[in-house]
Amino acid sequence: MLSEGSSFMKGMIMGGLFCLVLSLMTSFTPKSESTADEHHHHHVKAASKEELKHFSDSQVEELHNQVRVFCAIMVQPKTLVYWATTMDTWSKHCDKAVFYTSESSKALDAIDLKEKDDWARLRKALKHAYENAGDLRWFFVAQPTTFAIIENLKYLVLTKDPDEPFYLGKAVKSGELEYVAFDSGIVLSYEALKRLVHVFQDEEKCPERGRALWKLSEDKQLAVCLKYTGVFAENGEDAHGKGLFNSQSADSLIADSLKDHPTDVVGSCCSDMAVTFGGMSPNQMQVLMFGVYRLRPYGHDFHDSLAFYPPEGSDND
Amino acid sequence: MVSCCSECTNHTSNWAGHLCHLSSAQLLDCVSSWKPSPCPCSLSVPSPRPAPVRLKPSLPACQRLPWSSMKAHGSRLSFYAGFAVGTFTLYVFLRQVWFERSVTGQQQAGGSALLHDHQHQVEDEKTIWKKERSALFNLKHPHHRGEDSQMADELYKKVRILCWVMTGPNNLEKKARHVKYTWSRHCNIVVFMSSVDDPDFPTVGLGTKEGRDQLYWKTIRAFHYAYEHHAHEADWFLKADDDTYVIVDNLRWILANHTPEEPIYFGRRFKPYTKQGYMSGGAGYVLSREALRRFVEGFKDKVCTHTTSVEDLAMGQCMEKVGVLAGDSRDTSQRETFHPFVPEQHLTAKFPKSFWYWSYCYYPIAEGPNCCSDLSASFHYVDAGGMYLLEYYAYHLRAFGYKYRFQPPAPNGIDQSSQEKKQAEVDNSSRTDQRQDADHAPAAGKEAAAAPAAK
Repeated sequence: MLSEGSSFMKGMIMGGLFCLVLSLMTSFTPKSESTADEHHHHHVKAASKEELKHFSDSQVEELHNQVRVFCAIMVQPKTLVYWATTMDTWSKHCDKAVFYTSESSKALDAIDLKEKDDWARLRKALKHAYENAGDLRWFFVAQPTTFAIIENLKYLVLTKDPDEPFYLGKAVKSGELEYVAFDSGIVLSYEALKRLVHVFQDEEKCPERGRALWKLSEDKQLAVCLKYTGVFAENGEDAHGKGLFNSQSADSLIADSLKDHPTDVVGSCCSDMAVTFGGMSPNQMQVLMFGVYRLRPYGHDFHDSLAFYPPEGSDND
Repeated sequence: MVSCCSECTNHTSNWAGHLCHLSSAQLLDCVSSWKPSPCPCSLSVPSPRPAPVRLKPSLPACQRLPWSSMKAHGSRLSFYAGFAVGTFTLYVFLRQVWFERSVTGQQQAGGSALLHDHQHQVEDEKTIWKKERSALFNLKHPHHRGEDSQMADELYKKVRILCWVMTGPNNLEKKARHVKYTWSRHCNIVVFMSSVDDPDFPTVGLGTKEGRDQLYWKTIRAFHYAYEHHAHEADWFLKADDDTYVIVDNLRWILANHTPEEPIYFGRRFKPYTKQGYMSGGAGYVLSREALRRFVEGFKDKVCTHTTSVEDLAMGQCMEKVGVLAGDSRDTSQRETFHPFVPEQHLTAKFPKSFWYWSYCYYPIAEGPNCCSDLSASFHYVDAGGMYLLEYYAYHLRAFGYKYRFQPPAPNGIDQSSQEKKQAEVDNSSRTDQRQDADHAPAAGKEAAAAPAAK
C-alpha cells in the first residue's frame, strides 16, 4: 500500500509539473477567441479633417465619384420584415442596392439565387455583384438585421484606392484566422472582389461546398479564400481608434455603457462616425433612421469636405 | 580467477572492498596469495549480500500470489492516477489564478477606473456647473469636437431658458440623475424640484408630499419658486418630468421668434376641456417670463386656484384665465416638436382609433416619418438608457457630409448675412462654400414647398 501511495504522489507531482510546463510553453489562457481589441495589427482609420483639407477642389470631386458603393444585402423570406425595413431605410443611401435571396418571395423583389447553402449563396451573390458593378468600386455586404450609414462608410474609405485590396469591417480573430464578422457588415474594394472571384474558380483553395469536417461560417470561409489571394482582414476605426463596425444595436451598446461607464455613458459607447450596428430590430432601425438623418440640435453645424444629398423619393431621411 | 575475495566483491554492484571489510591492501594480499581455503572473507565479512531484489521476485509458482503482480500494476495505476489528478488540479488552479488575475485585474482596473471616472466627474462638474441656491448654472454651452456651434451659442445667449424638472427623493438616482448628465446641461439654469430639500444633488424642497395627487401643488410651488428666485436670470421657464428628454437647442429655435414679454406658452397642444387648448404635462411646456408673471399674479388675485390635481389641464385653465396664449409649437412644415411618447412609438406605432391620443391632439395627427420634426424639442416616457441613446442620436451620431432635407429658416433675431460671412471665415479652406450658401438661404416658402407637411 505504501508503494501505491508513493506512486500516486509521484504521479501527482509529475502531472503538476507536466501541466505547468505545458501552460508556460503555450502561454495558455482560458479564452480561445479574442476580439480585435487585442489584435490590432491590421486596422484602417478614417481620414482626419486636417488630412482632407489638403485636397484640392477637383481632387475632392474625383474622390466623390470614386467612393460610390454597391450594397449586396443577403435576405431570406423567413426574415421578411427585416428585408422590408432595410429596403425602406438605409439601403436607399447606397449608390446601388441589390437584394439576394435564398428563395423567391411573393411580397418583395430580389435576385433569387435559389441556393440554401449560406456560403454557396454568398459566392453567387459576390460573383453577380462583381459582374454588375458598372463603375462602382466599393462593395458592402450585409444582412438585413444590420443598419449601415453609407455616408460614414464612404468617409472611411474616402482616401483609399479601390484598386488596392481592402477587406474591412469588424475584425475578429478565431485561432489563427482573422476574419471580418458578417453581422457588422463586410467592405470589399474592387481589387479584393476581383481576386476573390478569381479564386472562386480554384476548387482546391476555395471550394464551393466546404470540405471540412465541421462547417465554417460563411464569413470565415470568405476570410480563408481571401487569404489565399493575399488579402487580409482589417478593422475599421475612426480617427480616435474607436471601432466603426458594431455587431450590437446602438440600444444594446448604450445599455452596456450605462452599466460599465455610468459617468461617461455616451463617450465610452460608440463612435460619432459609426458605420454599422448589428442585431437591430425593425423598429430600432426606423428610430436610427430618424436619429441619424433627421434629428439634430439646431445651430450645430459641421463643414465637411464632401456633400451627400438625400435620395430621391424618400420621406424618412 | 574466482576467489572468495572476488566473489565477495562480485556480489556487490560495484567494487567495494570496504564491503568485505578488507582494506585494499588486504584485498591485494588476498588476491595475490589466494588459497582455496580458508576464505578470509568469511572471517570479517557478513554473509554476502543477497542478490539485489528485483521488482518481480521469481518465486516458485505455488508461492506466486495473485495480488502481488497487481500490486505492481497497482503502483503503476496509482502513478497514472496521480498524474491525472496532478495535471487536473494544477489546470484548475492555474485557470482560477489566471482568471482571477484577469478579472481582478479588470475589476481593479474597472474599480480604479470607476473611481477615476468618479473623481473626474467631480472635477468636471466644477467646470460645467456653478451650484448656487439649489440651482445649477451651466457655465458653458457644451461643445462638440470639430463642430461649428456659433448659431447655437448665439441663441444660448439670446434665449435664456430655466429648466425645472419635476422629481422626487426616490427618483434622484433612478431618473433625475440621467437628466442631470444629459439634456439639462444645455439649459442656462436647471432646478430639480422635489418634495424634499437636498443640497447635494441639488434639489429644492417644495414642502409637499409625493404622489400624482400632488402634481399641481408641486407645479404651482415650483413656478412660484422659479419666479421668486430666478425671474431676472432667464427669459423662458420650462417644466419637464424626470422621464422627459428635451433638446434644448431646438426649443431655442422655436422660441427665438418670440419675446419673453409676450404672454405665451408652448408645448404639445391638447384640445379637450378648454377653449384654446392646454399643453401636455409629460411632453413638457415652456412659459415666457410674462406668462410666468401672470401665473403668479393669478394666484395672488385668486383668479387661479388649485382646481384639480391634473396638473397640465389645471395649468391650461389658469393660462386661459390670465390671458396667456396657447402657442403653436409646430415647425415650418407643420410637424410637431413636443412629443408625449418615445420616438419609436411616434415613428412606428399604429395607435388604435379608440386611443385617447386621437381625440386629444389639437392639430391633425401624422403617423410615420411626418409625426416628428427634425427639430423635435421633447419626448416623454424616456428611461435611463433612452436618455443616453437620444443624446447619442441627437448630439453625437451623424452621417458625414449629409445635407439635411429639411432646412429650417434662421430665427429673425439672428443676422443671416453676417452669420454666413462668419461661417465662411471659420471654414476658410472649405470648398463647399457655394453649396453652404445655397443650403442656408432662408426662404420659408421654399422650405414649406421642399418638405411636404402631409402626404
